[in-house]
Parts: sequence; C-alpha cells; structure tokens
Amino acid sequence: MSRVKPIAWYTVLIGLSLVFVAPLVWMALTTFKTSSEATRVPPTVFPSEPTTGAFSTLMGNDQTPVLRWFLNSVLAATGQAVLVLAIASMAAYALARLEFRGKKLIFGMIIATLFVPGFVLIIPNFLLVDRLGMLDSLWALIIPGAAGAFGVFFLRQFFLSLPRELEEAAVLEGANSWQIFTRVVLPLSKPALATLAVISFLTNWNDFIWPIYVLFSPEQFTLPPGLAILQGAYTINYPVIMAGALVASIPVLLLFVVAQRYVIEGVSRSGLKG
Amino acid sequence: MAAETALTRTPPVQAEEAGAGGRVRRTALLTPYLFLLPYAVVFCTFVLAPAVYGLWISLHDWDYLLPGKPFVGLDNYKALFDSNSAVYSFWWESLSATAIFTAFSVPLLLVIPLMLALLLNRNFRGRTVFRAIYFAPYVLGVAVIGVLWRFLLDPNLGVVNSVLGAIGLPGDTPWTTGLPWAWVTLVGVTVWWTLGFNAVIYLAGLQDIPRELYEAARIDGGGKWAEFRHVTLPGLRPVLLFVTVNTVLVSANMFGQSYLITQGAPGTETRTAIMYIAQVGLSDYKMGSAAAMSYLLTACLLVISLLVFRLFREKDS
Repeated sequence: MSRVKPIAWYTVLIGLSLVFVAPLVWMALTTFKTSSEATRVPPTVFPSEPTTGAFSTLMGNDQTPVLRWFLNSVLAATGQAVLVLAIASMAAYALARLEFRGKKLIFGMIIATLFVPGFVLIIPNFLLVDRLGMLDSLWALIIPGAAGAFGVFFLRQFFLSLPRELEEAAVLEGANSWQIFTRVVLPLSKPALATLAVISFLTNWNDFIWPIYVLFSPEQFTLPPGLAILQGAYTINYPVIMAGALVASIPVLLLFVVAQRYVIEGVSRSGLKG
Repeated sequence: MAAETALTRTPPVQAEEAGAGGRVRRTALLTPYLFLLPYAVVFCTFVLAPAVYGLWISLHDWDYLLPGKPFVGLDNYKALFDSNSAVYSFWWESLSATAIFTAFSVPLLLVIPLMLALLLNRNFRGRTVFRAIYFAPYVLGVAVIGVLWRFLLDPNLGVVNSVLGAIGLPGDTPWTTGLPWAWVTLVGVTVWWTLGFNAVIYLAGLQDIPRELYEAARIDGGGKWAEFRHVTLPGLRPVLLFVTVNTVLVSANMFGQSYLITQGAPGTETRTAIMYIAQVGLSDYKMGSAAAMSYLLTACLLVISLLVFRLFREKDS
C-alpha cells in the first residue's frame, strides 16, 4: 500500500466495482420503467415516470404466480439447508471422531463423488424421483440435492480441527456419543454450521437445470424456472422480466450482506482441500 | 494449511483413544453406523444408485413414454460415433460448443481472478467491501444473470448496443444471435458472473503463503516479477490445481447461460452438450441415448482432470 497513491488505487477499485454493480442497478431501475421506456434509444437511466406497473402485471397473472414461486423457493431452500445440516453433521461426526470398520472406504466413496459431474445423475434421478412419486413436487428439490458430499466433507474437516479436551471431559462424566455430539460438538461448531446452512440455501435457491425438468405445474415452480417462463411469456416486456429477476435477487443479496463472512468462509474452504 | 495438518495429526490420537475408551466402544458398536445412516440412505439413493442405474439405462433403448425398454448393449454409445445415426452430428456439434466455451472461459477465469486477488491481497480500508462487491454477482443464480444479460445485450433493444452506438461504435452487434458474438457474450457473462468465486479462493490461498518467504525474496532483490514467479505461484500450487480442475468441470457443465441468453442460437451452434443431453433425455425422453452421452462426457472430463493433475505433478519434480 505504501508505494501506491491512494487516489489512483481507489479509482481502480471503484471503477471495477461499477462493472459488477451497474448491471444489477440497471435491473432494479428497469423494473420501475414502462415497457417502452425500458428499450428507448437513447436509454434513460432513471425512470422518467416511475411506475410499479411491471409488478402489477407480474402479480396479476395466474399463469405466472410469482409469490407462490417465491414461497416455494423459500421452502425448498430452507428445507434442504435443514436436512443437510442434520444428516451431514451426524455423518461427519462419525467420520471425524468414531472408530468403525469400513470408515476409510466410506469416506473415500463420499469424497470420490465430489468429482462426479452433476449431469450424469440427472436422468437416472429423474426416473427415481418419478418412482418415488416426488415428480412435480417440492420434495424433488429438497431431498436428492441433500446427498451432496460437500457438507460432510466440510464439517468433518471442521470437527477434526476442534480440540479434543472438552469431548474427553464429557466422556469422563459418562456422556455417550450422542450426548457428546449434541451438547459438546454441535455448540462448538456454530460458525461451521452457519456457513454450511448459508451455502446450502444459496445453492438450492439458485438451482436451475433440475427444477426446469422435474417441475411441470406453474404453481409448483421455484423462482429460477419461473424466470425462464417469464422470459418466454413476456419476451420484450423487459420491466416485467426484470421485476421477476429482482424478486429472485433480493433475498440472496440480503442474505449475502448479512452473512457475508460465512459465504466467503465456505467458498475459501472449498479451495483449501487440495 | 489448517486442513492438511488436521488430517495428518489425526491417526495417532485416534489410536490412543481407541485404547482408552475400548470398552465403551465395544458396547456401542452400532453407534457409528447409526450416525451415518440418515446421510447414507440419501447418498445411496440419489448418488450411488443413480450412478449405476444410469449405466444400466444407457445399455437400453429407454424411451420414457414407451412400455418396452429393450436391451441394446453398446448401441447407444456406437451411435455417437456413427456418422449415419440421427444423433451423431447434433451430439458432436454440442460437444464442440462445450469445448469452445471451456477453452475460452477457463484461461480467463484462471488469470483475471488471480489478478483481482493480488489486487485485494493488501491492507487497505474497505478491503472486505470491495471483495464483497466483486463477489456479489456470484450469489445470484444463473437464471437471474441469464435474463438480465439477455436484456442488456438484446441486439435491437439492449442498452449495451445503444450506448455503443451513441459513442460512435457499431451499435448493431448481434450479441445473442450471431457468431462469434454469441461466444463473446456467453464467455464474457460467465467470467463476470463467476470470477469473484475464483478470486475468493485465490485470496484464501495467498493469505496462506508465509510472509517470511516474501521477505527472503526481497532480500535476494529479484523485483516484483521474480517474487511472483518464485514465491506466489509455487505457494498457490495446490489452490491453482483446485481452481483449474473445478473451473474446467463447471465450464463443461454449462447450461443456463446458453439456455436463457442465446437459446442455442444461431441455429444450434451454441447449444452445449448438457443442453443437448437434457433435451434428448428429458424433453424427447430418449433416456438411453442421453445417458450414454452423459457417460461419454464424464469419461472425457475424467481424462482432462487427470491430465491437469499430471501437469501439476510434473511441475512439482
């Protein structure tokens, strides 16, 4: 920092920031324009007559129930985050702290699937979900995705880094594995659990290819496949499409602002497994 | 690296404990398996079983809508290499679309985020704010960034062409409908969207490089470039390996950008392998053929990943 002039330095950083922020601001501003103003040449930056017409159009159409999509997205993303926390933390605890036959093999198998590209599983999983009667329902968005190896891998690493003294003290007091897990390990792991919850929520919220193919009824959709429907239905009525995109963006942007530390932590960790 | 030390430290400690708590362990032989059970059920059902089931499907003429699913051996695979088959030209066209996209986006996604990470790897006010801003597009899903850029880059109505026109540049570039522009769009949007992800991983790696190494390099007096080559790059090796393999895999998985921004246009030129597999398997319901394609693509990716690993190993010795 010492050799760089602060003004030049911050000019570069702010200039770069505009590249990332401007398109998002443009999306937000467009939602308050009329359809014709949104595509006017030369373009206007601020809406000349701000209107919430795009939102009214969006909310008023039974074929595109955006509020329902929003609710479905919240339910699916929350449901999956909770499920991942529950099952991954238990499995990770066994792999980090308990001794049993086949431990290495099981862990190896789970890790190996980190390298299995997701698309290989799409077609057989479509058939499985169909067999299980979960097609066109939110269960299809909640359960299969919870099988991902990242949660187990991530929590196992974290549990291994915890000091053993507290667990050993609990053993001396006669606690069994379940009590140690729920009363000692989990409370010590709040940051890691928060990180995993946020990453799971974001991943599920943004999932696109899987919901397009396993959901069919408009009222079952989540926001990402909903946006594809909006694009088809409103073609060049961009304020309506941008309004849908804004609805899909605000929750995750807010979550990112509030839980930035956890998101960055989760992403940083994914690279350090090398 | 905290992760690695934890891994190497574990075995002796566990051996010790197995002796001390041996009696408790024996009475609770089943306990570890009970802890594993819920995850194992989901994992076996939705990862292991489908990985095998998919292979089985690929050996059949598996039409979802028809009752009969006759066994055809390797015919679905052979069709992909037989220029007379119905899928041949579409399959190779889509595979080359994925290859073009990967070939252009991977180098950019390796270099630009590294430069950004080096820029951010200093002490200054507002560092975390700028890092968050550069990362922000990544928290939005492909659906949001897809419809957004489709709007911004609309050849006739989009703001990008209006601004370019207003400052005297060509204002009629077919960003989403013509070649090579559609590739410029798909690669550019993807780089814009995901570079923050790789930058954050690099940044974590940079912070793990011991400061003393830089100080030693400074005493040797090699200048900034020598410092980068002899300290930064070697220190980042494991992270670089991860970023390279991961970026290749993610690029080869490209789907949403083409689906929403170019819709495969012009013609089917920017229809990627995943788009074609999904269309054959989940729109036309020819699942045997689509499953065969997905295994062939997986095999390609495996070979590429192994080559990348090799490359990094050789540089080691």
